[in-house]
Amino acid sequence: MREKVIYALGVAAALLLARNLYSIFMVLPDEASQGMIYRIIFFHVPAAITAMLGAFVAAFASIMFLVTKNFRYDSVAVSVTEVGLAFLAANLVTGSIWGRIIWGIWWTWDARLTSALVCWLLYAGYLMLRHAIEEPTARARIAAVFNIFAFADVPIVIFSIKWWRTQHPQPVFWGGGSIDPAMKSTAVLNLVALMLLAAVLVLIRLRQEEVQREIDSLRRYAHAVV
Amino acid sequence: MTAVAAEGVWKFYGDFPALRDIVLETEAGSCLALIGRNGAGKTTLLRILAGFNRPGRGRVSIFGKEPRDTATRARIGFIGHGISVYDELSAFENLCLFGRLYNLADPAKAALEWLARTGLERVKDGLVREFSRGMRQRLAVARAFLHGPSVLLLDEPFTALDDRAIAMLQTLLRDALATGCTIVMSTHQLREALELATHVALLNRGRVVFHGERTAEMAADPGYVYARYGEG
Amino acid sequence: MGALATSRDAPATGRAAAAGGFVAGMRQSLFVAAKDLRAEIRTKEAINASLAFAVVILLLFSFAFDPSEDQLRVLSGGLLWIVFAFAGTLVLNRSFARELPNDCLDALVAAPVPCSALFLGKALANFVLVLAVELVSLLVFGIFYNVRWYLQFWPLLLVLVLGTWGLTVIGTIFSALTVNIRLRELMLPLLVYPMLIPALMAAMQLSTQLVNGQPLSADVAVWLKMLVGFDVIYTALSLVLVDTVLVG
Repeated sequence: MREKVIYALGVAAALLLARNLYSIFMVLPDEASQGMIYRIIFFHVPAAITAMLGAFVAAFASIMFLVTKNFRYDSVAVSVTEVGLAFLAANLVTGSIWGRIIWGIWWTWDARLTSALVCWLLYAGYLMLRHAIEEPTARARIAAVFNIFAFADVPIVIFSIKWWRTQHPQPVFWGGGSIDPAMKSTAVLNLVALMLLAAVLVLIRLRQEEVQREIDSLRRYAHAVV
Repeated sequence: MTAVAAEGVWKFYGDFPALRDIVLETEAGSCLALIGRNGAGKTTLLRILAGFNRPGRGRVSIFGKEPRDTATRARIGFIGHGISVYDELSAFENLCLFGRLYNLADPAKAALEWLARTGLERVKDGLVREFSRGMRQRLAVARAFLHGPSVLLLDEPFTALDDRAIAMLQTLLRDALATGCTIVMSTHQLREALELATHVALLNRGRVVFHGERTAEMAADPGYVYARYGEG
Repeated sequence: MGALATSRDAPATGRAAAAGGFVAGMRQSLFVAAKDLRAEIRTKEAINASLAFAVVILLLFSFAFDPSEDQLRVLSGGLLWIVFAFAGTLVLNRSFARELPNDCLDALVAAPVPCSALFLGKALANFVLVLAVELVSLLVFGIFYNVRWYLQFWPLLLVLVLGTWGLTVIGTIFSALTVNIRLRELMLPLLVYPMLIPALMAAMQLSTQLVNGQPLSADVAVWLKMLVGFDVIYTALSLVLVDTVLVG
């Protein structure tokens, strides 16, 4: 059953992505001031939104694990964080490529770039912490606590760095800027495609995580018998 | 009156149950010896009874209350694998610290009294770091008894003790039992433990396979329980 | 109930704990803090390492840039907090690791002291130690780089206190979080620094002005709010979650 859901979602994501790619490269015209490179935004922004959503889901799952001690929530937290981290990395990389073309530099210590990088490091810390703990129950508990701390830090990081400096272009889609409706609909459709992709990855990762836990418990049974 | 109770306690490491449906009840004033092989779950169970860990399922109670309850914790004395006293502090300072943390009316007086009872008064100002192994063990015993617990949870208390400390601990435990204290101890030293124990529980792979009164056969032959109720 | 002959205090214990729970908790925090400080003063293992490390970093800075007055005007706050954060981690690393050797953490958790009180006590001891290292570093910094940091002493002290409390709260709770982990000493800085960035950033902005002898301007003073907010949020979060951390 779950296998079928994964395949179905995967096919849907692939079809939608193909359709969006066609539209992005073949249909939509170049943007007036940026030219060709503006197209990266169709991936840049949805990746950031997906990663953000991942942080919310992971925090919720972590709290739920501490309340219920149900390992499924722990699996959700780690799967979503890993996938979210990959999407945030995609966001950072696409942003960097865009910056190289438009600003002429790969990186600048602008508010959004900096906060995205800090968040990336925070959640990378979460994965490293998990990696260092052997016993699944302790790992789930410790990681959940850390996740709550990290999640609380996200808004503080974003706001404090915003006070500090801003050079990033104001958000084009929801920041009140004017935008062609065709571009907007493509952006929304690509957000859906990337979220579908994220969902597929999370589901696959979730299954791995559950199998991993089963293997771990079988190994413990084996040691207990000897 | 039930002093220490475990009701359907499970403890999981991931999906692996280290304790499975443990049901135990110990009457006030009795002494329960937990026996079983290494890895049977004795330490895990004792740590849950003492409130260091929470059970994955089920509940434990000390005099009907949660072990994490502050007032309940003041009634528990615990000796674990480590001596749980600070190397950088003197024997007296260690006991005073714990006396204060347990809200004793006169921590210094209690500390001195227990230093005397464990034969450490002469070295009371010596740093624990400089103590011999036997002295450290006796200090650990003093720390556990300091606040006059009514439940003693002891994890392998006789392991690594020298003869003198074993004799001392046995006397203290016998006195404690005589005044109505309840003892739960895990042990491999069957001979020492079965002398004191009124009840015996045998753990095997996280399950209680035998729980009952200590009989004369057990005291006479320490291997009896294992032989009779099997090791699996 | 049965208790040992020597333990006439035991029944009183319950009452005292129930009556003045908060006051008792605070007192017990102080006992824990005093214990940590006493042990540290005897061994000096963390504080010596931390001080030596601070001085070495301060020395290294002189090679990293031209220590002229202009440069320092811009960099001083940042430099100082880098020193404080790096040297502070050495102290924080020891905080719960100190409880490991004889399974002392068991005895603390077994005592009728709420975990939040234990945490507060350990955080307090760390705070005192880190602040002491910071004040000495500040002195050395002033001498090495000819900076008259004492012109705005009281505001600077306020910033030090707020920034250091943020550092110690995060450091102490993560020290508890990582206490049973292999690679503990490597792990802590990796977890602590990203989390601390907002607090460090605020402290850096504030310190740069103060260290150069200027009073706080209004636009920089907003960082004080940020620092206070950070401290409050993470102190509260730590107090709530420390029980989950220590009692598995």
